[in-house]
Amino acid sequence: MHNLKTITALGGTEARVDAFAHITIVENDGVSLASVAARLGKEKKCHTILKKLLGAVPEAGRAELHDPEAGFWMGPDQWMIGAPRATYELLADDLKAKFGDAASVTEQTGAWVCFDITGPAMPDFCERICPVPIRRMVAGDARRTVIHHLGCFVIRREADDHIRILGPRASAKTLHHALLTTAQAMA
Amino acid sequence: MIINHPLLGPRDSAEFTYLGDAKLIDRPDAASENAAQEFYEYAYLRDNPAGWHKELWFHEAGDRSWLVVTRNTLTHEISKVELARDVARSRGRSK
Repeated sequence: MHNLKTITALGGTEARVDAFAHITIVENDGVSLASVAARLGKEKKCHTILKKLLGAVPEAGRAELHDPEAGFWMGPDQWMIGAPRATYELLADDLKAKFGDAASVTEQTGAWVCFDITGPAMPDFCERICPVPIRRMVAGDARRTVIHHLGCFVIRREADDHIRILGPRASAKTLHHALLTTAQAMA
Repeated sequence: MIINHPLLGPRDSAEFTYLGDAKLIDRPDAASENAAQEFYEYAYLRDNPAGWHKELWFHEAGDRSWLVVTRNTLTHEISKVELARDVARSRGRSK
């Protein structure tokens, strides 16, 4: 029997936490992700299922922040669905069973690294790393942008000082380095 | 230069990459009799207008949608921005 230990995107056995006086960067290892893309001609059916799942279909540039399943708009007829990994490890399979032939569902947990940024300096921090208009964004706004040459999603969460960043998992350490450097430069 | 994305609003052109003439949407039918000639024209022949030009832009640092942007190549004025898939569908494609 193999005795395998799971590691986080940054390679640790526990999620990394970097706390500064003004900003806290937490590697969030507890998110299950799957993308949903409506199939041609099945858009209406897909919307109905999404509405049942999330309470509403996320509009362009928006997220539905719900418990346990939340979702945000990625592009025309495409959404990313997230849920706690502890209870929804097989999220993509669960979603495929729900959507059937209305949408193509792709497992995304292994493709993204998730960082939660909190603290009073969050807007200043965000302005230094990417060109999203963070001060005009409200809770539930989601933007795809570029951080340190990496395509990332930035989602403004319910707490006023909280953003969630999803970046490419294969470049998790690069992204983490960029976040750390920025936080240190602001101290 | 600002591109007014039909879904996301005004965005800096640095978020986009440029592909070229929007005529690329009109891919010839490979089964047609003149397919060789049509593909030759499709692949190699382009107008290079000084003035209004319909062109394809990709929102790489955004929602990754393809847009058809009508741009004046002399002034960089942009008069119209559409989703490329809407343009393609209006011409009977992807149905």
